[in-house]
Amino acid sequence: MLNSQFKTQNSKFKILQAGVFLVCLIPLGLLGFDGYTDNLGANPIEVITRTTGTWTLVFLLITLSITPLRKTSGWHWLIRLRRMFGLFAFFYVCLHFTTYIWLDQFFDVQSIVKDVSKRPFITVGFFSFTLFLPLAVTSTSDMIRRLGKRWQQLHRLVYVVAIGGVVHYIWLVKADIRQPVIYGAILTLLLGYRLVTIWRPKHSTRLLGKALSAPSR
Amino acid sequence: MLIKKPSDIKSREITNKQIYLNRRKFLLQVSTAVAMVSTGFAFSNPLTPKKAHAGIKLTGVRKGNFSTDEPLNSLKDITTYNNFYEFGTDKYSPAQNAKTLVTRPWTVAVEGEIKRPKLYDIDELMKISPLEERIYRLRCVEGWSMVIPWIGFPLNALVKRVEPTSKAKFIELTTLHDPKQMAGQRWGVLDWPYVEGLRMDEAMHPLTILGVGLYGEVLPNQNGAPIRLIVPWKYGFKSIKSIVRIRFVEQQPVTAWMKAAPHEYGFYSNVNPEVDHPRWSQARERRIGEFTKRKTLMFNGYADQVAHLYQGMDLKINF
Repeated sequence: MLNSQFKTQNSKFKILQAGVFLVCLIPLGLLGFDGYTDNLGANPIEVITRTTGTWTLVFLLITLSITPLRKTSGWHWLIRLRRMFGLFAFFYVCLHFTTYIWLDQFFDVQSIVKDVSKRPFITVGFFSFTLFLPLAVTSTSDMIRRLGKRWQQLHRLVYVVAIGGVVHYIWLVKADIRQPVIYGAILTLLLGYRLVTIWRPKHSTRLLGKALSAPSR
Repeated sequence: MLIKKPSDIKSREITNKQIYLNRRKFLLQVSTAVAMVSTGFAFSNPLTPKKAHAGIKLTGVRKGNFSTDEPLNSLKDITTYNNFYEFGTDKYSPAQNAKTLVTRPWTVAVEGEIKRPKLYDIDELMKISPLEERIYRLRCVEGWSMVIPWIGFPLNALVKRVEPTSKAKFIELTTLHDPKQMAGQRWGVLDWPYVEGLRMDEAMHPLTILGVGLYGEVLPNQNGAPIRLIVPWKYGFKSIKSIVRIRFVEQQPVTAWMKAAPHEYGFYSNVNPEVDHPRWSQARERRIGEFTKRKTLMFNGYADQVAHLYQGMDLKINF
């Protein structure tokens, strides 16, 4: 019964998915527009770096909020958007990383190696980015099937990636840590939810999750 | 569903761009008019401004020594990209928030180990030495730089006038502390007020100036009006803004940034490509307006003038 209901809603969901996809591109669109109209201020490269970094964190937090939201609200269709949000986080971190490698360091390998090894905030950022790569690579449906239970284990790395991302931000700022602390607080809440649910008995939500044929975290 | 699909917005519901712009303009005009009337501005004669504010031309300015012939950064870049935490920690905030700073009347207390302590009125202070244009490089500790045509006069003119005693080894400079005018001070990101300091020979050096203008005009608030320090061979944060007190002291002052992060910011803070900030490299910098980075020069390119001040000192320890 659940399956048939699911099918009739499928086309509606596709439209929603397309809409969300376009919304996720808005930050890039705005950045492009500001760049084109010369509105990125005195230091455009800094603005590009900050913006792409910020949106990476935002999409990571959105991705991590899917499970708590789904379980507390009962909106189980949310799980089907999770991969897209995760991949958008990866998309923005790729832009962030490219900005650093290209516009900030100009492919100066020596300087990059020195930077990554000597500066803690770059070390942790680089480390998180490296951990993000296998998650993006194994995000296809085929990979989910092939890896089975190990997929879920592997993708728990996203917790480390998100923590690393927030630490990267906190260590970057000179004195005003209000903004990164907000990200840290939300992340603590989202990860704390998971810790709490581990100890508490599972509800029927688990069954529903299986019916929707998506691995839950 | 909370998320509105793009197709939900019918094109007739989208405001025509011209109407949108006109509405903005109208709102701006109305709010400006209201503001002018409510402040009594509309009744004063705009041709005889009593206040000295940004945009007013400074007269009798002569060309000073030490100016670089590098291309200048635009007035827009210099006045919209500022580190001035008293008006917000974001670099674009001071240009927005510094409007609340009242720069007249303004006094600077000159005190401490001197024979002639005095509370200077800003307009009197600006006359103790002829104003000069000094085109200096400014290198921020964050790794960016600008070329700025300052207007000011040598700090040593003031130092000589107040006659320091033999006990005066350092000078300590302090920024205004008034959270009403400086919104950024309502939160303790730094231990307000902002404090900076120089060794006496640094203060006496002819490169060191007190700045009162920019591009031939009165210094804009976000750049440290009405009077600020400019020490071009040190990182930008040493060049303290909106000064209200200059105190001559025997002991090395503890600056605001030394208090905030003693391992990251030292008293000297000379521009030095060999000594990295603990969290980022200082080897290169991005000149605002340029695409690629350039090598940072020792003492920000002023080594010929100032290197002798630090002879025999380990600059890695005295960072």
